[in-house]
Amino acid sequence: MSSIIIIQLILLLFLLFALSRVFLRFRGGQIKYKEFIFWSVVFVSAIFGVLFPGETTRLARLFGIGRGADLVIYVSIIVLFYLIFRAYVLMENLSHQITELVRKIALENGNKANKPK
Amino acid sequence: MKILVIVPAFNEQEKIGAVLDDLAANGFRDIVVINDGSGDQTADIARRKGKPVLTHIINRGLGAALGSGLEYARKNGFDIAVTFDADGQHRAADIKRLISPLISGQSDMVIGSRLIEDGRMPRDREILNWLSNILTYLLYGVWTTDSQSGLRAFNKKALTLINIKTDRMEVSSEFFREVKRNGLRFSEIPIPAIYTDYSRQKGQEGFGNLNAVRVAFKMLLRIFR
Repeated sequence: MSSIIIIQLILLLFLLFALSRVFLRFRGGQIKYKEFIFWSVVFVSAIFGVLFPGETTRLARLFGIGRGADLVIYVSIIVLFYLIFRAYVLMENLSHQITELVRKIALENGNKANKPK
Repeated sequence: MKILVIVPAFNEQEKIGAVLDDLAANGFRDIVVINDGSGDQTADIARRKGKPVLTHIINRGLGAALGSGLEYARKNGFDIAVTFDADGQHRAADIKRLISPLISGQSDMVIGSRLIEDGRMPRDREILNWLSNILTYLLYGVWTTDSQSGLRAFNKKALTLINIKTDRMEVSSEFFREVKRNGLRFSEIPIPAIYTDYSRQKGQEGFGNLNAVRVAFKMLLRIFR
């Protein structure tokens, strides 16, 4: 590595910050072991890519893609789509659970209020 | 035979009173109003008419309201449950014809179709309805002439087996998925379509025809889940 350019420095600082959050969330118990591994791999490989841009290009060539930056973008888009899909399913499930809850409250209150006097 | 009429209602203070009177005048004693988070007088009016009201503390949509009504029917041991719109577009007098295939044991689920007889629905609604019928057939393999009808009747078998998961307007088609999945016998009877400006505006949660497109999109999304 001859000289670090400004964009590398900014990305590096941000990624280290993100990695520290992952670690703290895991220690605090907000994310599970599998999620900790997943996000750690994501950010560590991003740090690697920022420090050694040449290596990503060599990896890209293996897949028949010309530039490392292109490979990063392709992979990122696929991962993002998948995460959005996961979030969508999660949201639908949450919405269904809220309905179940609202229904339970409605039926219980109804039983109390509508009892023949 | 214990018959329950389920009336899902979201901000229907204008019409709910007349709808409940119509049901009472036709001899239906067991009625439950599902007040789906209304911000108006819907629940008070229904209670003043002496009808039990189940209140969703927040609005969860038509599917959720019908699901609560069916759950109430199961919990209280009803033999037949009828779903009946609160906006005045159905006539209580039609319920007797609607449930007769259930009583005679010919069907497990019956809907009142507004399209068996031609020319009673506004043209734009008719086209949307046919599109949703085709979509319902492609997705669930059941042919119906009115997949979006709100007038439905279920016998005890259908009540036990049908499991509704969608919260919003897609529920109308979901009933047909449940018919197919559980091998239920399904039939239709013709009913007049009463379309007023009021029911047209209310029927699709106030979004007009655009909402039908949203419903179709959600039905398609659901396959990929």
